[in-house]
Amino acid sequence: MSDQAISSVEAGKAGEVRAAPKGIMLAWYRFKKSLATPDPYLMVFGIFLWLGTYYLLTEGWKVPRFEKIPGPVEVITEFFSRDPIWGTSLFTEDFHTNVYVSCQRILISFGLATGLGVPLGLFMGWSRKFKDYAFPILETLRPIPILAWVPLAIVMFSGFETPIIFLATLASFFVTTLNTLLGVESIDESYFRAAGCLGSKKHHVFWHVVVPGAMPFVFTGLQISIGVAWFSLVAAEMISGDFGLGYMIMDSYMVNKYVSMVMAMISLGFVGWITSAMVRWAGNRMMQWRVKALALEGR
Amino acid sequence: MAAKTTTGSRKKAPAASGGRGAISIRNVTKIYDPEGVNVMAVDNCSMEIQAGEVCMIVGPSGCGKTTLLNVIAGFHSLTHGEIYLDDELLCGPGKPLAKQGADRMVVFQNGALFPWKSLLDNVAYGPMVQGVLSKSDARDKALDMLAEAGLKDVADKFPGEVSSGMARRAEIVRALINDPKVLLLDEPYRAMDALTKSIMHEALLEMYDRTKVTIFFITHDLEEAIFLGDKAVVMTTRPARTKKVVDVNIPRPRDYKLLSSEEFRILVEEAKDAVHEEAIKAFEAGERELA
Ligand SMILES: Nc1ncnc2c1ncn2[C@@H]1O[C@H](COP(=O)(O)OP(=O)(O)O)[C@@H](O)[C@H]1O
Ligand SMILES: [Mg+2]
Repeated sequence: MSDQAISSVEAGKAGEVRAAPKGIMLAWYRFKKSLATPDPYLMVFGIFLWLGTYYLLTEGWKVPRFEKIPGPVEVITEFFSRDPIWGTSLFTEDFHTNVYVSCQRILISFGLATGLGVPLGLFMGWSRKFKDYAFPILETLRPIPILAWVPLAIVMFSGFETPIIFLATLASFFVTTLNTLLGVESIDESYFRAAGCLGSKKHHVFWHVVVPGAMPFVFTGLQISIGVAWFSLVAAEMISGDFGLGYMIMDSYMVNKYVSMVMAMISLGFVGWITSAMVRWAGNRMMQWRVKALALEGR
Repeated sequence: MAAKTTTGSRKKAPAASGGRGAISIRNVTKIYDPEGVNVMAVDNCSMEIQAGEVCMIVGPSGCGKTTLLNVIAGFHSLTHGEIYLDDELLCGPGKPLAKQGADRMVVFQNGALFPWKSLLDNVAYGPMVQGVLSKSDARDKALDMLAEAGLKDVADKFPGEVSSGMARRAEIVRALINDPKVLLLDEPYRAMDALTKSIMHEALLEMYDRTKVTIFFITHDLEEAIFLGDKAVVMTTRPARTKKVVDVNIPRPRDYKLLSSEEFRILVEEAKDAVHEEAIKAFEAGERELA
């Protein structure tokens, strides 16, 4: 009896199996674990180093050529001020409008580019014939830099809105299409063979092999594509914009409101980061198989 | 050692499956010609595999074993010769490429479970796309079969989350659920350690005793071949031909104790020279296989 008790205690200690943490607990566990590595400290140090240099150059030592640039203290004070000196802060209407307009344009452009590019890439990868038709055109249009499209876009489309959307869509469309195509071509031949053995018809192969198999590349492509969309959106807004963060940069520059200009730049960095985090999150949601397999490899 | 070639019919009890899944390979030649350079992978190769037999194909890397399997499965066309499955012509003159079908299920050299589907969905896939079973029936049957193979607890996991041994087993279950006439396995246990391998062997034998499906099993491990097979066909180095057929008349069910028995050792010795000879030739020729 006592023998049994001892062995069960032993088993409890040695073979203690805790339920694997999930969701927020998992994030917390990872955070705690990361505190034991130098990574978070280096990160904090890096941020301070960067901010410190910025501060010293502009507001501290007022180095020549930097004295006109608004320093971190000035920008942050202005950003959070309810009564901004230059008329624009986190609490003013025009700032909200500019952020809102840019985000809306990105949503439309990125949505269009994804909605057109992913199916096009999938079909090109799936059907040799279709690729033969479509690929040459795509490959000749793709190298044309997006800024070279600006005049044509203005001539082709009326108003402010459509040319901007067109430019942002075009750039990310190419990226998405090409990555999706590469994604299909990267699928190991043996999956197609297995699908054939198992008695798949063509449409089964498309939905069960081509689409999921290309997903990792598709999402890598979307990560790049959202960056490219922001890039071309801001360029377009600076040239022919009416509202939007790119417009805010150009407009502030014209009237020497450098603080507002830097604010718009910081805001761009921030929303750009959020949008690509959203794309990554969506990718991980859709590819649990990959997330789990990579997690086991300790990545 | 004189190469004894016993192709042709042999008194083999065509087990419970009632004579289903006999393969007849007659004078098959396969020449690849990428970029105009001919590579002869299989040359005038013939063998007879009885229904319900476990036929082991042994040969050095790069000799053309996978090529032969690919021709049977319908992934590659053949250049000359013909292959029959139960007196039905799979491929031959005028029809170089066999039609892929669920009567010949392949377990691939590097594993080809769909990584984006759970083990359960992988196994249920075949009957579902063939329209044999509804989706929910297919999943029920898949779960039963996974449970039979001891994989019930991991049925909902993705292939990337389970051990290679479990994935292999699931892949065999995915093949068997379609009730194939022939199971074609391409070095399925190649990357495994000896212990895992012996577990896999016992599981395969257990599965075979249950289903009596014809098995075409490629390996370069002679002991594996003798332990599992009803016969072991030793192939020459590229281009592949049958060099020697070793009949393994050891009764089933077999277990690992067989490995230390006298009759097992004798059979291994009998085939060893033939295999070794070809291995040296392959090594000297610098043969490479296509992964
Ligand atoms: N698709 C292919 N195109 C050209 N040559 C090939 C192809 N597949 C295999 N080979 C060649 O055929 C020979 C036999 O290969 P393989 O059947 O894979 O050997 P094994 O499976 O016995 O190791 C090798 O020399 C290999 O390079
Ligand atoms: Mg091979």
